Amino acid sequence: MYEGVVQDLIDELGRLPNIGPKSAQRIAFHLLQADPVDVKRLAETLLKVKETVRFCEVCGNVAAAERCRICLDPRRDASVLCVVEESKDVVAIEKTREFRGRYHVLGGALSPIEGIGPDELRVRELMARLADGVVTELILATDPNMEGEATASFLARMVKPLTADGSLRVTRLASGLPVGGDLEYADEVTLGRAFAGRRKIDG
Amino acid sequence: MSLHRDDGIVLRAQKLGEADRVITMLTRERGRLRLVAKGVRRTTSKFGARLEPFAHVDFQTFERENRALGMITQAETIAPYGGQVVGDYARYTAGTAMLETAERLTEEGEPALQQYLLLLGGLRALVGGEHAPGLVLDAFILRSLSIAGYAPSFRDCAGCGNEPDDGMAWRFFSLPAGGVVCPACKPGGAAVPQQATVDLLGALLAGEWESADASEPRHRREASGLVAAYLQWHLERGLRSLRLVERQ
Ligand SMILES: [Zn+2]
Ligand SMILES: [Zn+2]
Repeated sequence: MYEGVVQDLIDELGRLPNIGPKSAQRIAFHLLQADPVDVKRLAETLLKVKETVRFCEVCGNVAAAERCRICLDPRRDASVLCVVEESKDVVAIEKTREFRGRYHVLGGALSPIEGIGPDELRVRELMARLADGVVTELILATDPNMEGEATASFLARMVKPLTADGSLRVTRLASGLPVGGDLEYADEVTLGRAFAGRRKIDG
Repeated sequence: MSLHRDDGIVLRAQKLGEADRVITMLTRERGRLRLVAKGVRRTTSKFGARLEPFAHVDFQTFERENRALGMITQAETIAPYGGQVVGDYARYTAGTAMLETAERLTEEGEPALQQYLLLLGGLRALVGGEHAPGLVLDAFILRSLSIAGYAPSFRDCAGCGNEPDDGMAWRFFSLPAGGVVCPACKPGGAAVPQQATVDLLGALLAGEWESADASEPRHRREASGLVAAYLQWHLERGLRSLRLVERQ
């Protein structure tokens, strides 16, 4: 234990995601030895980000105003909605330049062991967005891990009544073999999913 | 420095640093262990999806005496139960509550072969799909508590051991006593569940599936409430996943 404010700093840093006690201590001492100007800039940025950045009232993405840049852009296709876990997933998909629709950010994935159920995510908001029938394709782009798969299955079941008359199509991002890898090194789950999601090839 | 090889069931996978995970595993020989899987979150990881929760794996670790956590160096899938769990929300939530129960009723580094075998059997029953996920979960919790030394009684008095005279079970239910109690042992405020609920609890504990599968929803609901309360009684804090379990 360190004295007073130094320990306070270590405790605060230790509450951040993926930062253990050792890393917290390392960052704290880095800050103590850093130039006061640099530390002041960091502190001001932290405050400013909290004051100015909020979450888009439509999609839940980080935004500088009530609505985010993507929701405000009339060129984006409102009939295709892509559901992701976090804002950083929006950034990743935007980088591909493959997608021209809009997003819905859930704020995480269903994780019962962490106490996160449907009520802790923006599921109700998603159902509300689908109610008017504008969206005709829903892309479930949650992470290809256990929690992401469970979340996609859960959402697929939730929206199933809307798909009955053919007005909504639900798709899941393909998952399978990493590009550039060897087939023999793939694990059974990945290889199994690659088989399930195989596509037609024209030759 | 030492190498270990064992079988285990992944209970929990938590992010660590940039690309690693801490894997909590219930192992056959050494009980519950926390181990580091380096680089497992990278798409190029040799572990792939092998170390996700519910996976039953044959694995090897590298451990150093001065290091708190051992490192997983190899993992081969024995059975990837996760794939059969994630597609069904009731299974996923019941299964997660099973993993959390196993985590909470075992001690780190203390061999727990019976708990390990019970969890393996429980996961097989869950993906087998013959019984409702909620029933599989409740049977698992009752038996896991029994192995941990908190075996409940659903027929003879949990206080004095007296058998009920009419061949039925005693009707009063007491958490501190650990099951049904006779009128003489009955504390103030003991619950009085329905006879069919007590029968269901007894069937779940004994593995009498024919009788359990035939039970009615209202008795299943009452039974799961008592199971949750009984589990809670023996744990300092409740399971996070239990309230999220979807019961049909
Ligand atoms: Zn938006
Ligand atoms: Zn008695």
